[in-house]
Amino acid sequence: MDEKLVRELEIAATKVRIGIIEGVHAAKAGHPGGSLSAADLMTYLYTHRMNVDPKNPRDPKRDRLVLSKGHAAPVLYSVLALRGFFPMEEMKTLRKIDSRLQGHPDLNKIPGVDMTTGSLGQGISAACGMALSGKISCEPYKVYAVLGDGEIEEGEVWEAAMFAAHYQLDNLVAVVDNNNLQIDGKISDVMSPYPIDEKFKAFGWHVININAHDFSEMEKAFNEAETVMQKPTVIIMRSTKGKGVSFMEDQVGWHGKAPNDEQYKIAIDELNAHLKELGA
Amino acid sequence: MEKIATREAYGEGLCALAEVRPDLIVLDADLAEATKTNIFKKAYPEKHYDCGIAEANMMGVAAGIATTGKLVFASSFAMFAAGRAFEIVRNSIGYPHLNVKIGATHGGISVGEDGATHQCNEDFALMRAIPGMTVINPADYVEAKAAVLAMAEYEGPTYLRFGRLATPIFNDESTYKFEVGKGITIKDGKDITIIATGLMVSEAVEAGKALAEQGIDARIINIHTIKPIDREIIVKAARETGRIVTVEEHSVIGGLGSAVAEVVTEECPVPVIKIGVKDVFGHSGAAVELLKEFGLSAENIVSVVRGGLGK
Repeated sequence: MDEKLVRELEIAATKVRIGIIEGVHAAKAGHPGGSLSAADLMTYLYTHRMNVDPKNPRDPKRDRLVLSKGHAAPVLYSVLALRGFFPMEEMKTLRKIDSRLQGHPDLNKIPGVDMTTGSLGQGISAACGMALSGKISCEPYKVYAVLGDGEIEEGEVWEAAMFAAHYQLDNLVAVVDNNNLQIDGKISDVMSPYPIDEKFKAFGWHVININAHDFSEMEKAFNEAETVMQKPTVIIMRSTKGKGVSFMEDQVGWHGKAPNDEQYKIAIDELNAHLKELGA
Repeated sequence: MEKIATREAYGEGLCALAEVRPDLIVLDADLAEATKTNIFKKAYPEKHYDCGIAEANMMGVAAGIATTGKLVFASSFAMFAAGRAFEIVRNSIGYPHLNVKIGATHGGISVGEDGATHQCNEDFALMRAIPGMTVINPADYVEAKAAVLAMAEYEGPTYLRFGRLATPIFNDESTYKFEVGKGITIKDGKDITIIATGLMVSEAVEAGKALAEQGIDARIINIHTIKPIDREIIVKAARETGRIVTVEEHSVIGGLGSAVAEVVTEECPVPVIKIGVKDVFGHSGAAVELLKEFGLSAENIVSVVRGGLGK
């Protein structure tokens, strides 16, 4: 990936992060940590990889993304807004009573949302259904499912993992956002799902490990996934929860808490400074 | 009277449905032999997908397929479809209001020998509580097949319950028309109304005959759609007969009896006596013996009706 594209993606991801902070701050609630850790991935997929059209959000030929870790709704909304599905200004209505931006994604309310999620472990199953349906009618679309690393403690994820391998869903790519933190602490302390890569391998998946905040590695991984036949691919990306906002980075406390006015200002100043550094 | 289980009608109905809906996909969870989706599988192997013993994932897969516009049925026993997978049905199918049809066989106590773990007497209550979920419980083979076929043009999440036990076919296939949400008055009557669903309808019909011989003119209504329920037919019965007895192969908590009582208390309060499984678990035994033990028989309907009328 050339440097210019990397810079463009970094700028876009920083704008997505600003949207997340604006939304969660205005809502006085929400999940900034896991939204920020997935911001680079979601930016890459929606601005660079996926075939989606804001003017035709229900196009049957589109690629689909299921945010199985539905609590990271702010990152999905922010990237959809950046991509033009709705105005970025709307992020400030997140979680408010008259807003379509529900606390967790709702496919009937928000253009660009492909599946209603929020209850962990369920999105990956729906993604399997979309991928199977595409196979049945020989449609070339791709399906992406984004899972949390804590989320994979849910048994349904492994039912889905078995299903995807059994039906050779090579049009499905799952991504595990491995930020190593869940509400009650480190995932290794709460209920370790490690080794994540070996588990997926044993379930018959093609496994790729990457750094979640390196666009070149991301590009390579998704290119590799496209070459894998008759197997689903999982990309396990080692991420930093709260990435991009210094005081939120790797802090479990920022899983489901909104910044106060002072913290909000620090966060926005940091992100704006980063934009400046990038020459945006 | 010829007897066939409604689950047979499910399998055969799916085959007929595939002719009008070529986009039909049927999922099962390692119970195709028992749910009778194996009948469909034989006819359309490329449209039948086994999800293995993993009902939660099956419901999610069904939801994902539905988002792509195909018509999809997800099949298992009522216990696992409505029970085990409840929260997936609620959040991945019900809340997004996806066009998933849940084909739940082996509902109720008449599962028989497998015993309490497999006798689902709570599915109407669970499914009825999900906003926008349609709940259908056909009374015989003819009605069950017609209900499956009706799904060709009925949008939205729908739970259809079928039985394991072979039961009398009392509807005429050549004239029967299934309409979602429409109760059917099988016999008019003025003294009392018996509202039944599923395999209890034929028992209610038998009870009606016995009651007639005893000089009691009971109205018999078949409610195949428990939600949305036919308020009109219930209110009319309450007004005209003044008393209602409900009969269902389900807990007396949250099922047909509760649904009828909800309508009656709001619109025309009259006594509603519920015949059903009385807040207890079942146990192993032959289906016919169990039905008798739990009061799900024409005989018990007669005695409850007589009691309700103070006779």
